[in-house]
Amino acid sequence: MEDESDNSNRKHEPLSGPMLFYNEVVIDHFMNPRNVNELPEAETDGFGLVGDPSCGDQMKLWIAVCDERIARIAFKSFGCPGAIATSSMLTTLAEGKSVEDARRITDDDVIEALGGIPEKKRHCSLLGVRALQAAIEDWEKRRTRT
Amino acid sequence: MIYLDHNATTPIDRRVFEAMVPFLHERWGNPSSPYRFGYQARAAVEQARKRIADCIGCQSDELLFCSSGTESDNLALRGVARVLRSKGNHIVTSAIEHHAVLHTCRALEDEGLQVTYVPVNSDGVVDVESLARSLRHNTVLVSVMHVNNETGVIQPVDEIAAITKKRGIVLHTDAVQSAGKLPRRLTELGADLVTLAAHKLYGPKGAAALYVRAGTPLVSITTGGAQEHGLRAGTENVAGIVGFAEAVVLAFEGVESEAGRLRALRDCLEREVMYAVRGTRINGAQASRVSNTSSLSFQDVDGESIVLGLDVQGICISTGSACSTGEPEPSHVLRAMGLSSRDAQGTIRVSLGHATRQKDIDRTVWALLATVARLRQISSVRGAAE
Repeated sequence: MEDESDNSNRKHEPLSGPMLFYNEVVIDHFMNPRNVNELPEAETDGFGLVGDPSCGDQMKLWIAVCDERIARIAFKSFGCPGAIATSSMLTTLAEGKSVEDARRITDDDVIEALGGIPEKKRHCSLLGVRALQAAIEDWEKRRTRT
Repeated sequence: MIYLDHNATTPIDRRVFEAMVPFLHERWGNPSSPYRFGYQARAAVEQARKRIADCIGCQSDELLFCSSGTESDNLALRGVARVLRSKGNHIVTSAIEHHAVLHTCRALEDEGLQVTYVPVNSDGVVDVESLARSLRHNTVLVSVMHVNNETGVIQPVDEIAAITKKRGIVLHTDAVQSAGKLPRRLTELGADLVTLAAHKLYGPKGAAALYVRAGTPLVSITTGGAQEHGLRAGTENVAGIVGFAEAVVLAFEGVESEAGRLRALRDCLEREVMYAVRGTRINGAQASRVSNTSSLSFQDVDGESIVLGLDVQGICISTGSACSTGEPEPSHVLRAMGLSSRDAQGTIRVSLGHATRQKDIDRTVWALLATVARLRQISSVRGAAE
């Protein structure tokens, strides 16, 4: 095409501000998610696996508990940026907390810590919260067994 | 920015823009006004009509302008269904139509019409035999798109036209994604109604057309003035129509060389991604496709996450799927082709255009490899990442 000036060489607004669907904190947790890992069975005190049938997202979460505190937490997630970022933020909120405090973390807490997520992505934040609660339940079951 | 979403929209070509400008601030008259200033605008609209008609191979009075591909589809479907209601109430379409057709068909079902949605094969090609079997004595309209927007797969509209013609059934085709991408006159497809949109071929948004073969039964679905032979009320978008015509002429002039250039770039992208990323699928790979479109499914990762991962690096592509747009279901097109919900969720669409160069493809391939690898490390689903 003779028109070399098309759209590729022009200056564009930097990727920030209200134009963007996700805010910078969410983007950061999506690009650099914290605590992505799998704990080996020997070090796992609780494990949670949950799925969101409405969109196919899935999450696995592991916790290691020491003195009734979440000493280590790790997750893996198949899902949209909202699912990955909220899961990542959730693990940072839960790490080091007592199990009882971690159990009380809500999806609103996660969203607030991220500085908000788009309305239609709110359901994604439930995934991590539910996975953590499943892992805590698993920890309780394992504890009563031993 | 590297823009690889030309099936969503295209930038206005500079020559198109320049053709439009006079009609935005000097010759801004109403084409229906009864004085020379109005006649000038009328002349511009009619000249534009003639230029497009010549390109697609029809008479000027067989072409009517409207505001969007969606409106053109609505007029075709609702206009034929309404005028032929006494003759029959059955419509046949395909499972992979654009929402402009699909949702209109669902609305017509709510109004009491019967609609058959013909399936596609695993490459996304409409099953012509199944379509032929679905025709009834009371079938009044068949609507099958020419090229699918998600996969780029070319549909056998000619074969379908041969069948509908024999049966005296009206055939509509949405050619929004094929116009300017294939070197052929759209009226030769044999459809009675053809939908075109300007902004998919480097023209402006807000200008579109419906080709109506002479003698095709159609009534207006809007009420108002007598514009467009009484089939589409409302003052014409003069500048948009002038730009539309310029865009169509330019698109058809260079169509063969540009299609060849884009095919080489697209094939290069697919080859390199297939080579470097295990668990990749090219949707519609065995079918004839327009040369600018690539639909790629990556196992174990989410398409929207790939899109954001590339967006952060300044590359614009789109998903073949859903969570992104707030729709609860993954792409109906990919599901109709037999992809699992999860594979459909891991699908992206890359669509090339005039500004695309080899260096853009190289950067995009690199960004895709890195992003998919990173997402697979995060992914809780085991498979190709192992």
